[in-house]
Amino acid sequence: MKDRLEALKVEAIGQIKEAQDLKDLQAVKVAYLGKKGPITEVLKGMGKLSAEERPVIGAYANEVRDSIQQELDKKQSELENAAIAEKLSKETIDVSLPGRPVKKGNPHPLTAVVTEIEDLFLSMGFTIAEGPEVETDYYNFEALNLPKGHPARDMQDSFFITEDILLRTQTSPVQARTMEKHEGEGPVKIISPGKVYRRDNDDATHSHQFMQIEGLVVDQNVRLSDLKGVLETFAKKMFGEDRKIRLRPSFFPFTEPSVEMDISCFKCSGKGCSICKQTGWIEILGAGMVHPNVLEMAGFDSKKYTGFAFGMGPERIAMLKYGIDDIRHFYANDIRFLKQFKNA
Amino acid sequence: MLISYNWLKEYVNVEISPSELADKITKSGIEVEMVESLNKGISGVVVGYVEECIQHPNADKLRVCKVDVGQGEVSQIVCGAPNVAQGQKVAVAVPGAVLPGNFKIKKAKLRGEESHGMICSLTELGVDTKLVPKEYATGIFVMPSDAEPGSDALEYLNLNDHVLELGLTPNRADCLNVIGVANEVAAILEQEVKLPNTSIKTSEEKAGEFISVQIESLEDNPYYGAMIIRDVKIGPSPLWMQNRLMASGIRPINNIVDITNYVLLEYGQPLHAFDYNRLGSKEIVIRRATEGEHIQTLDDQDRKLKETHLVITNGKDPIAVAGVMGGATSEVQSDTTNVLLEAAYFASGRVRAASKDLGLRSEASSRYEKGIDRNRVYAAAMRAASLMAELAGGKVAEGIVEAGKREVNTYSVKMDVSRMNNLLGTEITSEQTGSIFKRLGFSYKESDGQFEVNVPSRRPDITIEADLIEEVGRIYGYDRIPTTYLLSEARPGGLTKNQAQRRNIRTYLEGAGLYQAVTYALTTPLKSTHFSFSKEKVYPISVAHPMSEERSTLRMSLLPQLLEVLQYNRNRSMEDLAIYEMGSVFINRQEVLTDLPEEYVFVSGAVTGVFNEHLWQGERKTVDFYVLKGILEGLMGELNLSERITYEAGEIENMHPGRTAIVKLDGISVGFVGQLHPALQKELDVKDTYVFELNATSLLEKETDQMVYQTLPRYPSITRDIALVVDQELPAGDLTTVIQAAGGELLKEVNLFDLYEGEKMEEGKKSLAFSLKYFDPERTLTDEEVVTAHNRVLKSLEERFGAQLRK
Ligand SMILES: [Zn+2]
Repeated sequence: MKDRLEALKVEAIGQIKEAQDLKDLQAVKVAYLGKKGPITEVLKGMGKLSAEERPVIGAYANEVRDSIQQELDKKQSELENAAIAEKLSKETIDVSLPGRPVKKGNPHPLTAVVTEIEDLFLSMGFTIAEGPEVETDYYNFEALNLPKGHPARDMQDSFFITEDILLRTQTSPVQARTMEKHEGEGPVKIISPGKVYRRDNDDATHSHQFMQIEGLVVDQNVRLSDLKGVLETFAKKMFGEDRKIRLRPSFFPFTEPSVEMDISCFKCSGKGCSICKQTGWIEILGAGMVHPNVLEMAGFDSKKYTGFAFGMGPERIAMLKYGIDDIRHFYANDIRFLKQFKNA
Repeated sequence: MLISYNWLKEYVNVEISPSELADKITKSGIEVEMVESLNKGISGVVVGYVEECIQHPNADKLRVCKVDVGQGEVSQIVCGAPNVAQGQKVAVAVPGAVLPGNFKIKKAKLRGEESHGMICSLTELGVDTKLVPKEYATGIFVMPSDAEPGSDALEYLNLNDHVLELGLTPNRADCLNVIGVANEVAAILEQEVKLPNTSIKTSEEKAGEFISVQIESLEDNPYYGAMIIRDVKIGPSPLWMQNRLMASGIRPINNIVDITNYVLLEYGQPLHAFDYNRLGSKEIVIRRATEGEHIQTLDDQDRKLKETHLVITNGKDPIAVAGVMGGATSEVQSDTTNVLLEAAYFASGRVRAASKDLGLRSEASSRYEKGIDRNRVYAAAMRAASLMAELAGGKVAEGIVEAGKREVNTYSVKMDVSRMNNLLGTEITSEQTGSIFKRLGFSYKESDGQFEVNVPSRRPDITIEADLIEEVGRIYGYDRIPTTYLLSEARPGGLTKNQAQRRNIRTYLEGAGLYQAVTYALTTPLKSTHFSFSKEKVYPISVAHPMSEERSTLRMSLLPQLLEVLQYNRNRSMEDLAIYEMGSVFINRQEVLTDLPEEYVFVSGAVTGVFNEHLWQGERKTVDFYVLKGILEGLMGELNLSERITYEAGEIENMHPGRTAIVKLDGISVGFVGQLHPALQKELDVKDTYVFELNATSLLEKETDQMVYQTLPRYPSITRDIALVVDQELPAGDLTTVIQAAGGELLKEVNLFDLYEGEKMEEGKKSLAFSLKYFDPERTLTDEEVVTAHNRVLKSLEERFGAQLRK
């Protein structure tokens, strides 16, 4: 009987090894270990054996069973792994094919620049003030120390609609309106970004419509040196930490003293290049201490309050920052132009 | 303003280079826009003496000259200039010389004759053709006879000079002349100003015997002075004067005219020389022109005058437009012998009116417009008269015949040193302040930091303390002002809710695949009215003096401009586009604009062509209505307005009548979405284009509910699907509304998941399938409850629309 069991074991293991798939294996299992299988048959005949032989053969039969089971398990996991491997190989794709594009637009470069500047001043405790683009002569000129007939009105040829209503030539009327709302009580700390209009022929450097960002701080003890501090922070954040700034005296009707701010050229770091016209400096913005007349007209006591104001052109800043050579690009909206500002 | 460096040095000691000087001037307040070297790369040009000049044997237009070029060397030079002649002193570019444009001069043979160099015209030496005196315009320049052969011609022609171009702000009209700039430079360099000598030896005759002066309105003309210079000899002015005029951008004409221009540049005082013998009378009367009065001006144009113009007359007829241009009849000509020199102060408004109406802007008129130094008029007259005596051999009659006040009193302005330091953030002492005022040439009294400064008449821009503070600050140096930080209390900055929401809208739309455009607010009158969805009457707003019809009227919609952008890109073969804009539109409901118009922020988009594509997977989907509607639905969710927005079929001018929905918030129209009218698409030559326009101002002014957290569902929901057969034209939205209402509290979601309109349907019918989700956050729903609610839904649908369940 032992020989018979031994032969069954060899036979079963041989068939297990030959099994091609899990179905074959299952058949082998049923054939050898099933209730009607040969080993069961062998065990059924144990009654004929002597009492001494019975436990020996019984133990041996279990041993054979276990061996076959072990082989079955081993083969099964082999076959399973092979099946998975085959499935995976069938599922293999070409990872070099292009992915599905995600639709995504981006801001206009002017918006990108304005937003960057807004965020910078918001972080310094400024708020954003807004006002109408169609303005009265009073807020656009008179409240800013530009009475009718003032020669500086010549500097800004305007789109008048009626004698008293015009497209604003600057965002400064927002300053006048904001100060007025404060009813003589400081502090005022705003920036006012927006569109402005001048009677210019559109060419590479002129646009009849463009953007401006102006800032205004009115409080007790505001100094020109504070303006320098704010502008220096702005210049370093906007154009790089190693920028130097320089203030030059200038003239604006609504500030006195008035200054223009240059930054050291970010292209050549002051050595001189085409961007800075060989001077090492780039003109960025105009600023100054708020003219006492402007404070008084808006209801502030100019003996008690002082303030500073500044104004800059996002087009100019964007042109410098991105090396754009023609202001008309901003308003033509060529999609090939717009798409370039994905990461602006 | 162009300032010759060499000329400037005559009045103030300058020991630094032109570019260093420019830098200093710029830093202390006047921007030097450019420093131009008059030598545009010239070398090797010397003075030559034409010893002989004969006709070229083989060429009609050429002459062969023997020219003494110094050191006893006589060169043969072939010259084509018509005015070359024996005995002239000329500028010669000898072999090896370089002319502007890196033009190298070599020995050459011209039609068989050797030529060792070139005799130069001023244009060939880099002088602007417009500035070359007329007699030399087509030929070589003839130099004075005392020029030394062989010496540097550039020295004689002042072409080694540099010109500083000043960008003057309107407050600094005092620097529209060389002496004014000398004052500024003297303050910067701590030097004294040396003024020209204006002393004159006058003749026995008295000016008053020749002329009388009468002013009708001292307001229009506060001062008029006339001097008489007799027996002048008209001829060219000396080379040094011509050189300075050319360097300053003025063409030399003759000695008398050149002198008036020279003194204009020197003193900033416009002057006019009349031919005394051609005045037609012995009186000068200054009055307003009569409406329609005529004058023939110097440029031989007949000018029609208005009542707002001021004219100089001979008592009868106008002989000059005050401060703008002289008349042709009394013009100084080559035979002029007696001159009347006018030095006057005209009101800037009068000069501006005439120069604007006549379209004549001159060096003189622009100075009057910007304001001249009232107290320098007389000195300038003296200076010009003395030059006429010296350079034109004139005899100056004694005295100046005048009307009005020759000089006005100056005033003083107070300044407190501590207030100055508070404003600038500096610690400048009283001593430093005083020394700065001295440098500026301002006299003052000071006690204990309180300054009282006498403002010189050349600086009328200084009227208040802040003006003086600026003067001290800029001379002290803005680079010496420290950098400080605001002392004020810290207050939070930040966006308003409305500003933050507008940013959200932009970010959302960009996330949805749209590129932001920024377009012009001015459009054509016709386009300004397109796409209006306002029910009330509106009036387009046009500017009074547009630059073009194309940019004349304020937009009432962003779409016309966005469509222009589509066209612009289409013309460059980019046909698939998705863009949006956020900007103001202007709505005017007043027939006559007296109050400011209403301004609204609109957000609008336009999408055309392919919107989604993934080519190798075979996907290429053009935009349709539902793409844009989906974008808007997402946007409304972003703004927490989904529940309050409805879309209703509607009609808008220029939109497809069957593919347009009016977007309503709480039942009120806030915009629309749909396809462009096919006719417009054809006109614009664009593919199918879908657009939307929303009034963001209206959307954002509505209060939205504060967001509140909803407990996550702990009980299961039950979903029931229904497929309905309804009339084909019934809007799906109506079904959804009815299902929602009938389903009651327990019905939490209704989703349309299928639409079938195919051949399997009965004619005029369609099938819609909805998925309904019932759910109660507090407990598990029983089947019975769901069945009750669901039956209610089915009954309502049948009652309202005759909807049948699809079998
Ligand atoms: Zn540079």
